Amino acid sequence: MGERRYRSASGAPVALRRRQHSASCRELAVRCPRLQLRSLSAVTSAVWLAAYGLFVLSENSMVLSAAIFITLFGLIIYLHFVKVDQESLLVIGSLGIQVTSSYASGRESTTFIEMGQVKDVVINEAIHMQKVIYYLCILLQDPGDPQGVSEVVPLFQSSKPRLDCLIEVYKSCQEILEQRKTAPQSSGIK
Amino acid sequence: MVLKVFFPSCCSSAESGILIGRWISEQNSAVILAVVHFPFIPVQVKQYLSEVQRVTKVSVSVLGSWSNSKQEKEESLSEFLEDLGTIFSHEPWIQISKEGDSKFWSCSTLQKHSNNPKEEEIILVYYDQRKVMLSHLHPPLATATSTDHKADDASKLSAVFDTVAKSKILFMTDRYDDGPIKLTHWQSDGVEASIIVELMKQASVPACMLLTFLLSLISGICRSRVLKFWPLSFLWSKLSTCEQLGHRLQHLQVISSNKKAQNQTQLMRKANIFVSLLIDVALGILLMSWLYRKNRIGHLADTLIPVADHVAEELQDLLQWLMGAPAGLKMNRALDQVLGRFFLYHIHLWISYIHLMSPFIEMILWYVGLSACLGLTVALCILSDIIALLTFHIYCFYVYGARLYCLKIYGLSSLWRLFRGKKWNVLRQRVDSCSYDLDQLRLLVVIVQGLIHLLVDLIDSLPLYSIILRLCRSYRLAAGVKFRVLEQQDGKPLRLLMQINPLSYGSVIQTYRLPTYSCYPKDSWTSLCKKLFLGELIYPWKHKGEKQD
Repeated sequence: MGERRYRSASGAPVALRRRQHSASCRELAVRCPRLQLRSLSAVTSAVWLAAYGLFVLSENSMVLSAAIFITLFGLIIYLHFVKVDQESLLVIGSLGIQVTSSYASGRESTTFIEMGQVKDVVINEAIHMQKVIYYLCILLQDPGDPQGVSEVVPLFQSSKPRLDCLIEVYKSCQEILEQRKTAPQSSGIK
Repeated sequence: MVLKVFFPSCCSSAESGILIGRWISEQNSAVILAVVHFPFIPVQVKQYLSEVQRVTKVSVSVLGSWSNSKQEKEESLSEFLEDLGTIFSHEPWIQISKEGDSKFWSCSTLQKHSNNPKEEEIILVYYDQRKVMLSHLHPPLATATSTDHKADDASKLSAVFDTVAKSKILFMTDRYDDGPIKLTHWQSDGVEASIIVELMKQASVPACMLLTFLLSLISGICRSRVLKFWPLSFLWSKLSTCEQLGHRLQHLQVISSNKKAQNQTQLMRKANIFVSLLIDVALGILLMSWLYRKNRIGHLADTLIPVADHVAEELQDLLQWLMGAPAGLKMNRALDQVLGRFFLYHIHLWISYIHLMSPFIEMILWYVGLSACLGLTVALCILSDIIALLTFHIYCFYVYGARLYCLKIYGLSSLWRLFRGKKWNVLRQRVDSCSYDLDQLRLLVVIVQGLIHLLVDLIDSLPLYSIILRLCRSYRLAAGVKFRVLEQQDGKPLRLLMQINPLSYGSVIQTYRLPTYSCYPKDSWTSLCKKLFLGELIYPWKHKGEKQD
């Protein structure tokens, strides 16, 4: 269904892609800004300058090789564990909601929440430092109390899209969640 | 409501036939377990299914028909398959058909007694039968600790996993068996078995019996009256080596018991203990082979006595300095002399005993080193005990100094309200500096002992088998599932692939860690420092289960 550009809470450009696989299955993916070459070179040069300064002071060449190793391993760990490339939400009516984060190194971390546990999908406000940001979250049903909420699962935590993008995602999700309320012969497990 | 059909990927290329599996009506989903091929006699199929139902307690029934036609769609076959629906009455009757090599199958349902005739949406979920059968689904840790049984009902996926896991007997017949029923499932090309596993199963029964017999002998000796006299029993309870050996003995008893493990937790626990023991003994033997080469034991024994001498000399110098005028402070000479001479006599006694034992040290070390073959943890415990025994005199000094310091602190705090503004008590100065200097050495010893105990704890409680399983066969420990959307075509049902999402390493360790005996929790380092400052006594060899003083 195409891609549209929005902005994240900090001003960086993000892109939302919506795909409809069937009447009850939708996939919504938010793509985060890529790693910038200039910030990477800035950090690398800073680390190497500091290491060279230490080398001049201490006359020990181990400092230089240590700086190279630190830069390499730091980059690998950053790409594999920290830098998120894309966060996606797959809503399958009557099965559940799947939340996937794909990292820059290709690793994917997935969580699947069954439809019986999902109470609702809402947009919440949060105060973060000096800003008020909006975030989308899934409310999980408390098995003991039908009105209670046992857990709040926040979505799109790395990309943090702004309210206009969140409203699109919210509308798509609610269309599918509505279907489970209108299903006539579902005996339903509460 | 949407109809979900869980189809095993191994049956994608099976010949035409009827589908058998379990229908979960609350969730409107059908879990297909196998395909029965033509020709068959309906009565025999029903008999077979009722037998399977009786053994596995899973309500297996005929759910629908499957047609895999290489040529164009045959009209007569489709009518024949619809008629089958009347013989095996099942509501709703699922019909799946695949044409040629097309990826997109058509799936429809026949409802005879439904009140709303509209077409409901169908989702086709492919699953890997072997992995789902072997996998164990772990509930999220928050719900596992709560005693809510309703949580189980709300999980649809655990019902699917349960169904496949309990129907193991259905997968035991393959196509080389001569029976009236011809099935296709993941094992129908030949039942998998491993010669090594079968041989080990046969050998394990007499091995377990022998081990149980030996263990009962050993525990009988340990419990005999001879070892229960007061000085000996006190010694056994204080040495960490004996605790560790008792712990390992208990582990061996768990492994060698004849009862089969009842559930997943017990099975994993047994496997973890077995692997942990094996690796422990292997590392211990490695350590032993390194230690006994090039006369390292002799070198160790040779350096031990000079080190003890050196420490004693340093302590004597320190006491002489304190008995004089340390840093120009004026002291209470009488108390100085008494305490100083008392401690010097202690050191003299200790050095005399060490010199008395010096010819035997090498032999003792040699024989004690042999016990490293019982495991690396035992070797580490012996090291910790040797350190404790060698620095026992320092511990005595610490006790005396700490008790005096403690008394002074209590006395002062009670008198502080009455005696505000009085002169600094010289006596307190004397005991103060002495216990601070001793505390440095004492702190070092306590830290080293604490590190050794921590290492032993870590080795004891790490579930090695679970970690190796998570590394090599990650589908056995499942935290959940993940779905992948396959290629779609308009008008055909939604196609999804269900894969297993493995448990994270942190959760593996948290779920399967073995209980240990030592009591060094995370926050004990702060309480340790607090106790040092206030003068309360620290008992480095107190274990869990003993009453705290």
